Amino acid sequence: MLTHKKTNVEDLAENLGNETPVGRSLWRDAMHRFSRNKAAMAGLVGLLLIVLFAAIGPFVAAWHYSDIDWGLMGNAASAGQPSIENGHYFGVDDLGRDLFARTVQGSQISLLVGTIGALIAVVIGTLYGATAGYFGGRIDSIMMRTVDILMSIPYMLFLILLLVMFGRSILLIFIGIGAISWLEMARIVRGQTLSIKNKEYIEAAVASGVRPFKIVLRHVVPNLLGVVIVYATLLVPQMILTESFISFLGLGVQEPQTSWGALINDGAGTMRYGTLWQLMFPLGFFIATLLSFFFVGDGLRDALDPKDR
Amino acid sequence: MFNFVLRRIAVAIPTLLILVSISFFLMFSAPGGPFTSERPIPQAVMENIEAKYNLDKPVYQQLGIYIWNIVTDFDFGPSFRYQDRTVLDLIESGFPVTLTYGFWAFVFAVTIGVALGVIAALKHNTAADYTAVSIAIVGQVLPNFVMAPILVLIFVLWLGWLPGGGWQGGQIEYIILPAIALGTSFLASIARITRSSMLEVLNSNYIRTARAKGLPFRYIVWRHALKPAMLPVVSYLGPAFVGMITGSVIIDSYFTTGGIGVHFINGALNRDYAVIMGFTILLGTLTIVFNMLVDILYAWIDPKIRY
Repeated sequence: MLTHKKTNVEDLAENLGNETPVGRSLWRDAMHRFSRNKAAMAGLVGLLLIVLFAAIGPFVAAWHYSDIDWGLMGNAASAGQPSIENGHYFGVDDLGRDLFARTVQGSQISLLVGTIGALIAVVIGTLYGATAGYFGGRIDSIMMRTVDILMSIPYMLFLILLLVMFGRSILLIFIGIGAISWLEMARIVRGQTLSIKNKEYIEAAVASGVRPFKIVLRHVVPNLLGVVIVYATLLVPQMILTESFISFLGLGVQEPQTSWGALINDGAGTMRYGTLWQLMFPLGFFIATLLSFFFVGDGLRDALDPKDR
Repeated sequence: MFNFVLRRIAVAIPTLLILVSISFFLMFSAPGGPFTSERPIPQAVMENIEAKYNLDKPVYQQLGIYIWNIVTDFDFGPSFRYQDRTVLDLIESGFPVTLTYGFWAFVFAVTIGVALGVIAALKHNTAADYTAVSIAIVGQVLPNFVMAPILVLIFVLWLGWLPGGGWQGGQIEYIILPAIALGTSFLASIARITRSSMLEVLNSNYIRTARAKGLPFRYIVWRHALKPAMLPVVSYLGPAFVGMITGSVIIDSYFTTGGIGVHFINGALNRDYAVIMGFTILLGTLTIVFNMLVDILYAWIDPKIRY
């Protein structure tokens, strides 16, 4: 670009301006580091595959997840094994329902619970923690003392109590899981906020008269994003675990709907009859998902957390 | 130290009251009373029943009576389902079982977890380290309700070494599988925590000084590194305890060990409010007390922590 024969100073200055290398932002930097982490990339690919499975599975399945194959009902152990010919790619469960369709449906529910639960936790936890950390003093100690108290309650039992009292529903699971999982998030966010609030740009915002709540929303929260994303990725598997735990006990999703926990429970109940596929397929997806999230979360933490550099 | 303990107890008591009140009001606001059934009961009989269980009194009095009975007599009221049994009976029959395999799960998780973590840290970036880290990762994605069927599959169905359930008065072969299934994920967490804190300690200045003095390495690890490295593990014991309590629900329903978890889950499936409330309160109390003890223990080990 600098090959013009007649270069006047203005042109040169302009060209120089265009030539400056693009600055490497925190995010670009993090992405670079993340993409070099093999385990994390494998986890990401695994996750994409599982999401893809849950998304297009219903179009591939030859059966509906609640339909019973009457010809196989009752003799799942002898005739219900996985086969391509009759359309039961993963075999059938002991009621003769197609396990492929049920695994797809279970994946959808489990992934949905995980994501929405984590989302609720992220929103509540971030706002709560940022508020407590930014305002500090008495507000902070009251808010965090409340979190301490709530944290010392065995929430799983409470969730079960809630489900028993108000009837089982997927909505209640969403609310219950989301509402109890923001506590850890709030603590982490508060800790980060404490260090952010002494930064110059916050001081500048205060000096130019920005209102406190607006500072929290516009200046503190965006700078928390890295930490929040890391812990959100670690929260999703936790939410999936919680939901599976409850469904395993038979208190979660209701038939004919299902989730990984419920499928694992069914499979574990029938494995004595030699129908191992009923346990192995849901279990495989469950473990693969948790492992993937684990590696992705770990990779994100390495990429985004400045402490570990 | 004394002040810290006092303050910690002062926090625990309102927490307990909140726990009891929340569960009580949840039960109160739940649709359908404990005696609602398909066949309507005559009005007079209903009134008598309600009077017997104090259900005709205002809510706050019911709450008061409930708490008073727990505090004075440890009485959580009768089970609404099993008419001849009280919640206390169920607790008494199940608690020793849960405590037994819970204790062994705890021992299993702490000893092997700490050992794995320490070995991984001492042999940092070697095959031993990678093995320990892999075990920790695998343990973390295998929660108790996944471990239980896998263990049964391997040790009961394939190898036939151990019984797949039951309790039989707590003979050793009936304890092994429940304890391992319950303890594995905590073992993994403890190993991970121990490893990272041990690594941090081994890189600190005073360890370098000790090495420079020419102390034998074994001595350094035992006398200087282990205690500070154990601090994060101690603070993890609280959450681990909570996890084991909730995990016992899975263990009891999968291995039919007859611990408190099975009563809890039966209470939940039968909508036996008195039972699940009693258990929530009991387990919640245990959790809060245990967390308090862990905090005090932590402050005792590390004087910097007192706030």
